[in-house]
Amino acid sequence: MKKKTKWWLCLAPMYIFTLLFILGPIIYMFVVSFATNNSSGYGFTWTFTLENFARMLDPVYVDCFVQSFKLAFSTTILVILIGYPFGYFMAKLSAKGKKIMMFLIMVPFWTSSLLRLYGWIIILQAKGLFNTILMKIGIIDEPLKILYSYPAVLIGMVYALLPFMILAVYSSVEKMDWALVEAARDLGASPFRAFLTVTLKMTLPGLLSGVILTFIPSMGLFFIADILGGNTIVLVGSLIQDQMNRGSNWPFAAALAVILTILTSIMIFLYRKITHVKDLEGIV
Amino acid sequence: MRKKKFQLSKIYLAVIMLLTYLPLAMVVIFSFNDSKLTVSWKGFTWRWYEELLADSAIKEALFNSIILGVISCAAAAVIGTLGAIGMARVNYKTKGMMEYLSTIPIMVPEIILGMVFMAFFSLLGLPFGMTTLVIAHTAFCIPYVFMMVKARLVGIDKSLEEAARDLGASPVRIFWDITLPLIMPAVASGCLLAFAMSFDDVVISIFVTGPRTSTLPIKVYTQLKTGVTPEINALCTVILVVVVLVLLISSLFRRKSKVETK
Amino acid sequence: MKEMMKNTNPVILELKNITKSFDNTQVLKGISLSVRAGEFITLLGSSGCGKTTTLRIIAGLELPDSGEVVIDGESMGQKAPEKRNVNTVFQNYALFPHMNVFDNIAYGLKIKHVSKNEIKERVTNMLSLVQLEGFEKRMPSEMSGGQKQRVAIARALINNPKVLLLDEPLGALDLQLRRQMQHELKKLQKKLGITFIYITHDQEEAINMSDKIVVMRDGIFEQAGSPSEIYDYPKTSFVAQFVGSANILKGYVTEVGDTYAVLTGEYGTMACKKEDYNIQEGMELVMAVRSENISIWREPKSPYYIQGIISEKSFVGGMLRIVVTLNDGTQVVVSRQGINFDYENGERVCLEWEPEKAVFVDMEGQHEKED
Repeated sequence: MKKKTKWWLCLAPMYIFTLLFILGPIIYMFVVSFATNNSSGYGFTWTFTLENFARMLDPVYVDCFVQSFKLAFSTTILVILIGYPFGYFMAKLSAKGKKIMMFLIMVPFWTSSLLRLYGWIIILQAKGLFNTILMKIGIIDEPLKILYSYPAVLIGMVYALLPFMILAVYSSVEKMDWALVEAARDLGASPFRAFLTVTLKMTLPGLLSGVILTFIPSMGLFFIADILGGNTIVLVGSLIQDQMNRGSNWPFAAALAVILTILTSIMIFLYRKITHVKDLEGIV
Repeated sequence: MRKKKFQLSKIYLAVIMLLTYLPLAMVVIFSFNDSKLTVSWKGFTWRWYEELLADSAIKEALFNSIILGVISCAAAAVIGTLGAIGMARVNYKTKGMMEYLSTIPIMVPEIILGMVFMAFFSLLGLPFGMTTLVIAHTAFCIPYVFMMVKARLVGIDKSLEEAARDLGASPVRIFWDITLPLIMPAVASGCLLAFAMSFDDVVISIFVTGPRTSTLPIKVYTQLKTGVTPEINALCTVILVVVVLVLLISSLFRRKSKVETK
Repeated sequence: MKEMMKNTNPVILELKNITKSFDNTQVLKGISLSVRAGEFITLLGSSGCGKTTTLRIIAGLELPDSGEVVIDGESMGQKAPEKRNVNTVFQNYALFPHMNVFDNIAYGLKIKHVSKNEIKERVTNMLSLVQLEGFEKRMPSEMSGGQKQRVAIARALINNPKVLLLDEPLGALDLQLRRQMQHELKKLQKKLGITFIYITHDQEEAINMSDKIVVMRDGIFEQAGSPSEIYDYPKTSFVAQFVGSANILKGYVTEVGDTYAVLTGEYGTMACKKEDYNIQEGMELVMAVRSENISIWREPKSPYYIQGIISEKSFVGGMLRIVVTLNDGTQVVVSRQGINFDYENGERVCLEWEPEKAVFVDMEGQHEKED
């Protein structure tokens, strides 16, 4: 029939774009990860090898993966601890309060993340606000060296990713049926127990999307570690970038990316299995 | 007791918000500081704004970012909207897989997307620069538009289109008169979100940009690594003002679309 | 023969042996119907009986697997809905949320490129017809259910359809508004003389509004006729139960009189008017008798009665509803005016009715003379 052809035309741009520029590159990356790097420096040859993957077993690179996951985990946990109560309390505000709060969250969310990080540099630098206040109060005598350290990177990561968690949790708490909590209380549950057995369960999908939206990017945001961490930590992200640009070892970079993708997918798969959540909420 | 708890929660919200805005406030304050260093207050000045205006490199980067955002959003709007509409009507076997594939760009770490694009574009022999930037940005803009429009389409009562047919409208007419106006708010907010993501993107852009093309985030990133001038503070303040304005406008959009859905 | 309303207008709509299946389930199993211009026809049935599908086939929103739709003498075939001169009032109004009342109502005319002035005039007339003067600029979201309903009706009627299809248009309204709208709709239909095909699952609504009711069940038309025909002379036990929930009783014919026949069952003897059925002794037959026609006694007052035990009493809608359980477990519902009733639950009683108040049902093929 005529109509079918028309819908096919609607889909054509997306199909073509997706196949050419999403599936194509991914397959290419996979293939390249088995290619052999030219020892001379630039380029690689199409000789099958597993060397790129074997190389990752080098303690330097293993450590790099461990560091990355550690950072991603700590970031995610901190983001949950700060973001969940925030989203929860926010959903309990009045309609007007919600609107104002939403606006307040959206402004930094939309402002360049780099520029917001720059604000933290100003605060955390040796003679910055943070140290000045601490010294004024008399907690410390010497300025702390926070900038270009692990805590600074952690602050930057949490700061950049917190809005995602807040929005995801907020949207799922907001549409929760509070009568369920009341029913639990009515049936004898303490407030804490009611929260644990009802509220938390009902908002799990939101929490899950928050975790995914935090965990995945935190594996890749190498520039935060770069800017706030100086050279103190090397993450897989920085490593890949380094191999792509300066190192010019594309097969190795591709292999790193393949492993990173697989590990991230496993993490998310496990997390989904544990929490029994299928649908994501509040992603857009 | 209930009241006290409520107050505590408000204090919590306020503290977190304060911490969120603190860095922004610092940047804004020091954009008016009459000193090259962002350490102590040395008096008010417009100097950095004047220098910003005079800095052609930053202006060019800003211009590039806007062009890039607009083109990729427009492309994503067309591809994503048509795709969502098409997906809602057909029942191809490949549908589920295509939907999954097309949302990959926002489901994998950006760094991976950046590197696969870089490798693939050099395989294709594309000249690194605006072209490659546009393709890469379009790729991660599509999912935002697609998901927004898809969600909206699900919410549209099927009988509206049937009613239009019943009143004599041809399928093409129905698309223009009914479907498009109803999904427009979703297209708009999807585009807005996509634009914000494109305008803010560092990771992917670094991989796919050419030696002579710089976007604003890349420019800022390089400065942050090599040494900052207070011009950046001024720039940040300007962007902040623009963002607030855009958000106010978009919240008007949203209110309108909310009225329509009810 | 028993048609109460004589309508001699030409036939405007004909359904000829229509079938339709979705995913291997046959939803319509060969239905035929002939509608005269100006008639108010109701398709009555419970959800899933195929009534909405019938309507959609007439509108052209679905195409039949076999059979034919003829509108005003023209066979519709594959004709698209936008090319048919019928309009639909949808179940949930389906008002375009992004257009105001004026644009909603004017939509059909705009499609037909009617001049601006004429559109304005006709929309204004329509609005006064449905009593919504001054609502032109309102958005659907700012209107109540009843008002939206009127807009939906106006939007369909402005195109002067040959047939107006209404899919449970009052389903979403509350009871009081519904009664009022029933009345208004009927008045509107009389005034305009347009053929209405109305869908409902509410038997009261069907009886109040229609010239002709078609009772549907599992994709077939069980019975078509005027409201009083359907109510007083149900042809099948389904119709008897669905319209006015009659009691269904079974037995063997033990006596055939001039005007009535008597069935004997496990619980007693039952008299029923014979009509023109060809009834012989020994046949197993089914009869229907309405709850309000049954009287309760401690001792039998006539030779024909059945016996049972009172198992439940309740007061519903101004009537006392008494459930009597017969000795084989069959439950018979009896209703009486007023609340005074000095019988106890568990008491053994006799149930009687006048033979002309009971009808034989499920008698297909048993007529003495076919009409």
